[in-house]
Amino acid sequence: MTDISHTPPDASAKSPRVDHLLIAEMVEPGSRVLDVGCGDGELLQLLATTKGVDGRGVEIDRDKVNACVAHGLSVIQGDADHDLANYPDQAFDYAILSLTIQATRHPKTVLENLLRIGRRAIVSFPNFGHWEVRSRLLFTGRMPETRNLPDSWYLSPNAHLCTIRDFANLCATVGAVVEQAVAFNAAGRRLPIKWSISTQNLLGEKAVFLLKGPAP
Amino acid sequence: MSAATPDLSALAEPRWNEVHNPTSPVIRFGENEPLRLECQQDLAPFAIAYQTYGELNADKSNAILVCHALTGDQHVASDHPITHKPGWWTSLVGPGKAVDTNRFFVICANILGGCMGSTGPASLNPKTGKPYGLDFPVITIGDMVEAQARLIDKLGIDQLFCVIGGSMGGMQVLEWAARYKERVFSAAPIAAAAWHSSQNIAFHEVGRQAVMADPNWAAGNYYAAGTTPKNGLAVARMAAHITYLSEEALHQKFGRNLQDRDTKTFSFNADFQVESYLRYQGSTFVDRFDANSYLYITRAMDYFDLREKHGQVLANAFRGTKTRFCVVSFTSDWLYPTRESRAIVQALNAVAANVSFVEIDSDKGHDAFLLEEPTFFKTIRGFLNAAATKRGLAPVPEGRS
Repeated sequence: MTDISHTPPDASAKSPRVDHLLIAEMVEPGSRVLDVGCGDGELLQLLATTKGVDGRGVEIDRDKVNACVAHGLSVIQGDADHDLANYPDQAFDYAILSLTIQATRHPKTVLENLLRIGRRAIVSFPNFGHWEVRSRLLFTGRMPETRNLPDSWYLSPNAHLCTIRDFANLCATVGAVVEQAVAFNAAGRRLPIKWSISTQNLLGEKAVFLLKGPAP
Repeated sequence: MSAATPDLSALAEPRWNEVHNPTSPVIRFGENEPLRLECQQDLAPFAIAYQTYGELNADKSNAILVCHALTGDQHVASDHPITHKPGWWTSLVGPGKAVDTNRFFVICANILGGCMGSTGPASLNPKTGKPYGLDFPVITIGDMVEAQARLIDKLGIDQLFCVIGGSMGGMQVLEWAARYKERVFSAAPIAAAAWHSSQNIAFHEVGRQAVMADPNWAAGNYYAAGTTPKNGLAVARMAAHITYLSEEALHQKFGRNLQDRDTKTFSFNADFQVESYLRYQGSTFVDRFDANSYLYITRAMDYFDLREKHGQVLANAFRGTKTRFCVVSFTSDWLYPTRESRAIVQALNAVAANVSFVEIDSDKGHDAFLLEEPTFFKTIRGFLNAAATKRGLAPVPEGRS
């Protein structure tokens, strides 16, 4: 996947993204990981270095795939909508979808596949319920363009934007167990876990969910 | 002439010397070491000619087997003994190259059925003392791999660090990975397919019919007569050569340009540059290649379908594999298009194999894997470096990179 969220590069371009750091915390050392929409392989590198994982990636952008493989990562050119169906059940300890689900054509199928392929799924996404998004829509009457969602509606690759509450509902619909859910504010700080989902949905700019599939 | 004392003077050309006494090393397997072929015949004795580059390390863990394509040979990175041209994959293989012979021990064997020293239809049939011709058994990609495995045994190597090859070489890579899961640490099938397509079989049939239509082919017995079906083989090569290129590549290279003339001649001379080029490709090919070998090898490719022995499900061929794969295709390759590489990748994903897959943007067609493609080189270098780290291979010695 391309960098779907179009998050502008941090000033400290080399320091890992906060959502990546959180994902790295969630992953057990030495596990098998599939990163769907792995981009230039930043997360896979981080997981390999800090957690010694056996990592694989799927990426839609050919140049990024080439860069990943040239750096020694095991990455295939493909995309979440088409290529996940080929993987067997429980082939990985973690199937990760980082800031990509909102750009897939069939997010529900993609999520179901992630939960099937991985013993755990980790999904991060930009939160359309963030107060800034809401206020832009409310006061300008136009599709919000924010730091987190910088493209105009006709250029954006995002086809299925959702809020934290929407995503939690989808998890319930597909029978996924939410083991952990963390939201970040615009400064990249984690919101206190004890805050209600309504508050997280209002103040969280991005969210990361650690999920377990429904019992077979 | 009698069968006992054949007149082989006609076979004295360099081409025939390479068939019988190749300039490269050769391992000869005796009557007591037959090769059981897929057609259920035993081939014995047989010979496998090969080249090596670099040095095998102490624990024999740095060997890379390069598998060559239809008209390739063992001379990967050294001059060809007949044409004296540089090796066919010097772009990729050599000191400091992506397949770095300062770090790896590179082996390439002339395939079974070939004509550069490994046993093939031009080799002498021990029963008659004459070249086999059409008495040579029909061989398969699997048979080629079995013969290579016997060579690797003789070289005392248990596990190959990597098996790599393009086109038909890629078919051998897949066959190696399916047959010898424990012996292949990593595998790179390039511009290849897990089964030969109907279209590709069709092109091969055109080539074979061109050879067989040449009166000099003489039902495959041209050796004794001192002739070769040059015209037929040249036409086969010309037709095949078109399939190795792309329309874009042909257009850029030749367009409609005329060859050494300003106007059309209103004849069937090679007015166009592209005609002249193809004629040249055809005529140089026949000086180094045996027509019967061409028939047998194209047949082996046509018979290739890795699904057949695995319940028609390609993924079954790779079940349980620990091999690290790097599958590569090229955008303008219409002979082995990307979708065929993708089918390999999907099968590998279905068994959760460790696989990388890169489609290289190139306008050079199928031949791109032999040409200057920096992105392709980076891919292979990155893949091999990562695999070498996993395998615990020492880095390139200081001062040798």
